[in-house]
Amino acid sequence: MSEGDEVLDQAQAWSDAGLGVALATVTSTWGSALRPAGSQLAVNDQGAFAGSVSGGCVEAAVVLEALETIRDGKPRRLKYGVSDEKAWEVGMACGGTIAIYVEKVE
Amino acid sequence: MRRELLAGLRADRAAKRPVVVATDLAGGEVRLLHPFEAGEPAGALLRAARGAAERDRSEVAEVEGREWFLRVFNPPVRVVIVGAVHVAQALGPMCRLCGFDVHVVDPRRSFATAERFPGQALSTEWPDEALARLHPDRRTAVVTMTHDPKIDDPGLVAALRSPAFYVGALGSKKTQAARRERLRRQGIADAELDRIHGPVGLALGAVSPGEIAVSILAQLVGRLRRPEGAPAP
Repeated sequence: MSEGDEVLDQAQAWSDAGLGVALATVTSTWGSALRPAGSQLAVNDQGAFAGSVSGGCVEAAVVLEALETIRDGKPRRLKYGVSDEKAWEVGMACGGTIAIYVEKVE
Repeated sequence: MRRELLAGLRADRAAKRPVVVATDLAGGEVRLLHPFEAGEPAGALLRAARGAAERDRSEVAEVEGREWFLRVFNPPVRVVIVGAVHVAQALGPMCRLCGFDVHVVDPRRSFATAERFPGQALSTEWPDEALARLHPDRRTAVVTMTHDPKIDDPGLVAALRSPAFYVGALGSKKTQAARRERLRRQGIADAELDRIHGPVGLALGAVSPGEIAVSILAQLVGRLRRPEGAPAP
């Protein structure tokens, strides 16, 4: 079983257990990025997560956005890079930029 | 994404069916597409999905004025290991950690036992029979490990007649030279024989079965991800 399947299985298991779930997916990368487009992170309404969208640089920030999506049901489009003004907190240490799409499982 | 769509996607994955999840990044619409199946509604989006699946690359595509993200879920890469030997006991689980589907083939029943290979798909067919059944494609690797030409050679011949992306044979340079000679006499052309990675694996100076498995797996991943052998950027 591939890593992508584990994320889907976890999303399904949380959803079956009655938890709110969001999926965050890398849609584009520019420059160096550890995880390619298609990499996914499943997040539940307790803040637990499975999978990855980077080498660990932005997961914490994506989880917070995913919690918002679980709350309001609205998809979100995120972008992280070193040029970001918040780079000091949630930048890409490797110097790349990534775009992420967050959607609720419902 | 609807729960039903997630369940459908997981069912397709379990059935090893190529599938592309198309998401309209502006509108939020999500569609499940089967890019290689007849009966799918044809159109520009399906064509884009097919291209992405062929490249095995998830990507954003502009289709008829809408921005779609095409998430490719191809069936796993398959690794056929001929020879239920000690190195295979290490290589199998390591390949599975990479998400690959592993098949171990060895007609010697004392080698191919569930006790030696817990949780592993095992077959005691002869390698040519097993490969005729498994039908190696462009996302299949074949590695022979028995050191016994009687078992390895039919596996190599079958692998070389397939589009397998990686063919490896355990054995020294001397063994490889003798192997080339034998296979040449069976009518395999030099260009085909050049596809065999032998001695198999990267030259890491690996000693233990686990280390040898690392060298093989590293070479195999290199052929998968950089088929042209391009150097790292």
